[in-house]
Amino acid sequence: MTQRRQVGSDRRRPAAELEPSEQLGVAGPARLGVKKTWKLFLGGAFVRSESGRYLVTADGNDNYPHASRKDARDAVKAAQGALSGWAGRSGYNRGQILYRLAEVMEGRREELMESLERGGASAARSEVDAAIDRAVSHAGWCDKLQSLLASSNPVAGPHFGFSIPEPIGVVAIAAPDRPTLLGLVGSICPVIVSGNVAVVVVSESDPRTTLVFAECLATSDMPGGVVNLLTGPRQELLTPLAKHMAVRALDLWNVAGELAVSLERDAADNVKRVSRREADESAWFDAERGAALTGIERFVETKTVWHPMGA
Amino acid sequence: MTIKLVEEKALMGQDRRRAERRLDFGHAWDYAPAPEGTDHVRLASRYDLFIDGRFEPPGAGRYFETINPATEARLAEVADADERDVDRAVAAARRAYDQVWARMAPLERGKYIYRIARVIQERARELAVVESLDGGKPIKESRDFDVPTAAAHFFYYAGWADKLRYAFPGHAVRPLGVAGQVIPWNFPLLMAAWKIAPALACGNTVVLKPAETTPLTALLLAEIIQEADLPPGVVNIITGAGKTGAALVGHPGVDKVAFTGSTAVGKHIQRALAGTGKRMTMELGGKAANIVFADAPIDQAVEGVISGIFFNQGHVCCAGSRLLLEEGVHDTFVRKLRDRMATLRVGDPLDKNTDVGAINSKMQLEKIRELVASGEEEGAERFSAPCELPERGYFFAPTIFTGVAQSHRIAREEIFGPVLSVLTFRTDAEAVEKANNTFYGLSAGVWSNKGARLFKMASQLEAGVVWGNTYNKFDPSSPFGGYKESGFGREGGRQGLAAYLVVE
Repeated sequence: MTQRRQVGSDRRRPAAELEPSEQLGVAGPARLGVKKTWKLFLGGAFVRSESGRYLVTADGNDNYPHASRKDARDAVKAAQGALSGWAGRSGYNRGQILYRLAEVMEGRREELMESLERGGASAARSEVDAAIDRAVSHAGWCDKLQSLLASSNPVAGPHFGFSIPEPIGVVAIAAPDRPTLLGLVGSICPVIVSGNVAVVVVSESDPRTTLVFAECLATSDMPGGVVNLLTGPRQELLTPLAKHMAVRALDLWNVAGELAVSLERDAADNVKRVSRREADESAWFDAERGAALTGIERFVETKTVWHPMGA
Repeated sequence: MTIKLVEEKALMGQDRRRAERRLDFGHAWDYAPAPEGTDHVRLASRYDLFIDGRFEPPGAGRYFETINPATEARLAEVADADERDVDRAVAAARRAYDQVWARMAPLERGKYIYRIARVIQERARELAVVESLDGGKPIKESRDFDVPTAAAHFFYYAGWADKLRYAFPGHAVRPLGVAGQVIPWNFPLLMAAWKIAPALACGNTVVLKPAETTPLTALLLAEIIQEADLPPGVVNIITGAGKTGAALVGHPGVDKVAFTGSTAVGKHIQRALAGTGKRMTMELGGKAANIVFADAPIDQAVEGVISGIFFNQGHVCCAGSRLLLEEGVHDTFVRKLRDRMATLRVGDPLDKNTDVGAINSKMQLEKIRELVASGEEEGAERFSAPCELPERGYFFAPTIFTGVAQSHRIAREEIFGPVLSVLTFRTDAEAVEKANNTFYGLSAGVWSNKGARLFKMASQLEAGVVWGNTYNKFDPSSPFGGYKESGFGREGGRQGLAAYLVVE
């Protein structure tokens, strides 16, 4: 677990090694590294938690935001604002944006691999590769899912009837802790391909990687607010999302026990659709299942339209 | 018969300036009584629980009465199932699932369901009469809609039984197990069909609880299931009130819960099942907007609005209970609506000429009265059809409110009765905004002769079913179900299979 610190205390490890400059007998390093300030990703912007709170990564190297209930509400608001624009784009256009995301991730492979707190470079490499491929695979779904999920209904009367999939709206996702990046990409993509927007509570044990991923989102053509990322304790952030009346669905990965019961109970307040699944780390690497249409179908509504035929 | 042309001063808006010419048919619309015969129907005085293929008395020996809401006369008494009865029914369903139904060759399963469809068709007249007796709906509706559509539903899903692998290409599918199903009183037999047919086709077994005010056609369906020789325990039908339903959905042996009813009860069930991992589908309430543009085919729209709200006394979750009129057409439309309402025949549900029958129960009648009173108190203008209501029984005259604000209770709450709230709009965007301004999202209607407008509206309305230039159309091949707090999951069509399968 991460250790929480008081604001203002200074246990941070120096950003650059001090030894070289000490050898030269000069005060300070030869070149001071520039540390990144890790922020939440809300509405397409990088922001600090409104609460001013932060947490420290397990290795003690970085601070990251300890998002609050208010941040969760802000994230929902940002998502709501992005919904009609995102849902209103053509599937072709959404597909291009997801493919662009994959391109950007490919360009940041090294950074993503470095940030992943995994056992060794090859494990990190295979996860990053799988995550990029997962995004590519879903890019291709955007303009095809409707062909497969829609129907022309052979009603017994003089009517033309059809049913089409539509987005549900704002979906709150509890991303799996591990694999951090693949679990994140693999849970977000099936939700947003159909036009939903997402508020994601990301991995607690590896928040940095998710924030590198946020930079990929920010520099792809993904409209702000389509994907919003919150770092902090799962329980604390999921509860206000489960209670939020503008959140229409919950996608819970590896949430069990008392937390699952209380979230599902809160979800009933506005009849949220709840999808709760368990998956171990290796399951995410199954490329075929990871991009299955059934994962997308969980997060669509079916709209049926009737019209008379004939005079 | 004399038909006069009279001059009448219309009361409203632009019509106020000119006298309105309209036909006065005098008593020409009066029909002689044409009651459907009931002599071919033999109801037992007492009905037991249908468990494991047999009718069995309830363990505690308690029964309750079901009455005819049109006469308040007792029809029969039915068993009040308690937790132990629920337990027996679920155990029977589990045995049948493990030993017979899930193992049966899919085509054979389908053939049993076809048989049910056929016997329903054979016994259609009897079922229609009992449906009208027990629930109060006009015989023309139970005869021409409820019963044939119930048979069609069984027929449709029977054919899916051996084709499930085509429904989700690329995925293996398997049944869920035992389904606990709780249905409402507005379409008793049809809702039983909506629940049982897809569940059986997918290889599940079921325990169904009909509503306490309308148990009889479900019990006739139990007889039909016996007649079709279904293996014992595949379908179990237990009667009782809310407590029985709660015991059923909460039973640990139930793998899937399917509920149709009010949003309040649906939320209660969803809350109670939190964390259990049970699969759920919910078909809950609605407060549908029926939107009429000035460019609509007005006379057809009047008919559609009338059937949209007065079909089945307005006891319809997808009833078009909020009429949104484009401002320019408001006065003309309301006048035509009132004229049409005056010709609705309200009364004996068994009369073949009856358009609007009895309110299902005293409790429901009181709820309607209470909400109508709130409409008057909050300042909306009430018009009720000038019809004579029978002295006995639960009846309510078709009613519309004009001058309704979005904040009024009658614009927000589901009345589930023959009461229409009329609002107005000026632009398409305002119509969408008002239509979607509700926690519900089951259905909507759009009336316009402009195709582009109609489809744009259809895409912007948050509703599971959108009827364009028509209303209240249903078909087994057509998915039905809500957005938002109107529930989740779909019934009907290929999409309806997903509710009863594990898709690997």
